[in-house]
Amino acid sequence: MSGSAAPVLEVNGVGVSLAGRRILHDVRFRIEPGEFVGLIGSNGAGKTTLLRLILGLQAPTEGTVVFDGANLRHGVIGYLPQKVALDADLPLRARDVVALGLDGQRLGIPLPSKRRRALVDELLAAVGASEFADTRVGQLSGGQQQRVLIAHALISRPRLLLLDEPLANLDIRSAQEIVELLARVSRERGIAVLLSAHDLNPLLPVMDRIVYLADGHAVAGTTDEVVQSAVLTKLYGRQVDVLRVKGRVLVVAGDEHDHGHDE
Amino acid sequence: MFSSFLINTWITASIVAVVAGLVGFFVVLRGSSFLAHAVPHGAFAGAAGATLLGLDPILGMGVFAVGGAVGVVTLGRRGRNDVVIALALVLMLASGALFLSLGNQYSAEVFSLLFGQLLGVSSSSLVPIVVLGIVCVLAVLVAYRPLLLASVLPDQAAARGISTFGMSVFFAVIVALATTLSVPVVGALLMFSLLVGPPAAARLFSPDPLRAIPLSIGFALVVVWFSIAAAYLSSLPVGFFVTLGSALLYAAGRGWFAISTRRPVAA
Repeated sequence: MSGSAAPVLEVNGVGVSLAGRRILHDVRFRIEPGEFVGLIGSNGAGKTTLLRLILGLQAPTEGTVVFDGANLRHGVIGYLPQKVALDADLPLRARDVVALGLDGQRLGIPLPSKRRRALVDELLAAVGASEFADTRVGQLSGGQQQRVLIAHALISRPRLLLLDEPLANLDIRSAQEIVELLARVSRERGIAVLLSAHDLNPLLPVMDRIVYLADGHAVAGTTDEVVQSAVLTKLYGRQVDVLRVKGRVLVVAGDEHDHGHDE
Repeated sequence: MFSSFLINTWITASIVAVVAGLVGFFVVLRGSSFLAHAVPHGAFAGAAGATLLGLDPILGMGVFAVGGAVGVVTLGRRGRNDVVIALALVLMLASGALFLSLGNQYSAEVFSLLFGQLLGVSSSSLVPIVVLGIVCVLAVLVAYRPLLLASVLPDQAAARGISTFGMSVFFAVIVALATTLSVPVVGALLMFSLLVGPPAAARLFSPDPLRAIPLSIGFALVVVWFSIAAAYLSSLPVGFFVTLGSALLYAAGRGWFAISTRRPVAA
């Protein structure tokens, strides 16, 4: 959190074109150590492309992505993708999935190790998954699976945790629990979190900053700076109203012809 | 049935079972059953082609199985995987039939390669089988963790710098080699049931991969030993018993799984 440390992630004027179509335009933001950042935007706004770019699964057409002041992302990022399909009869227990996060890239069969087991147990406890540590992952509920996959992403001690729509398939209570878990883990372990979502409301209590994406354009800042009619109207290129009701935020877009779209 | 005459058959069948149980665990894990079904058709075309040209059928099988498996995985990367496999499968089956009809004097030999034969193993053919078996087992054991990660959580694996496509090609080659080595006893077409049945049953019995794999190997051994004995005593084709045993084990596994995952009646 100290201002002197280098940012965990710097996205510098990144643009991406896929098959002649512009997906992202001049996106720039930075994430400081331990910060909780929400990546907000509707479907097709470019959230997944931006995350793939940060992961190195996609090359930017222009601009750069810098980690910890260097170009190496290896070991810096823990990742939870949007869709994880775990068959009901998959022969893996929750603890096996977490252990794969520790040394899944190493060769050979894992040898029994007390240290390894203790570390897996510690992570399972940290995400509240101790109870079902020895249950088949395919038999767990969506929220329980998310906890296990978060432990999988955390066990290699990343500096930045990337989560692609982790709340998308959860009921309201599970979603709230996952958000609280992530905020606590981020605080306790000093890990920065970048989480994509189409609804910013579940994240309002925990977000330090927000990156708002629309049509591949982004604005970044604190929630108060970004979630304003004037800012979002400029971003969307059409009239956008921001309504605050009982601590919740409603973003309502007007018709396209209300305001000139400059594309 | 344990005469020196049959001893090579028992040894070979046991090697085949160990390889099938281990490699098959990942076939089922990766949802590659259709690939494992297609590869033997390549082996069939290769065997028929090699016989036509007067070459060693095992060599033809190896070349066609590896080539077919790698080709299918590469083409399926961008297109629909199941369509590519289906078309490749029938194309290879048709080629095999064509080669057979062009020179049918050895069709009995090709039939035994496809469906298995009790007395098919000579001491000289034991060596390549042992070597291929060791290669397959070592390859899977060395790649165990990245292969597991890439099979179960491909996006996370890719984010860690593991090439999931590279893993697919690597694994396709292992399946092709396992198919080739299985040929003399179980038969190429029926190897498929041994690659799928015992592992699919084993994973229903244990949620721990390091128990499910030994269990899978154990099941495959039991199936193969039972099949040789049954074929010897009944003079029926060994491949039939292999398929029957695999299917029965899987049925038992489903029953066990249904009971063990049912919610407990009382807390």
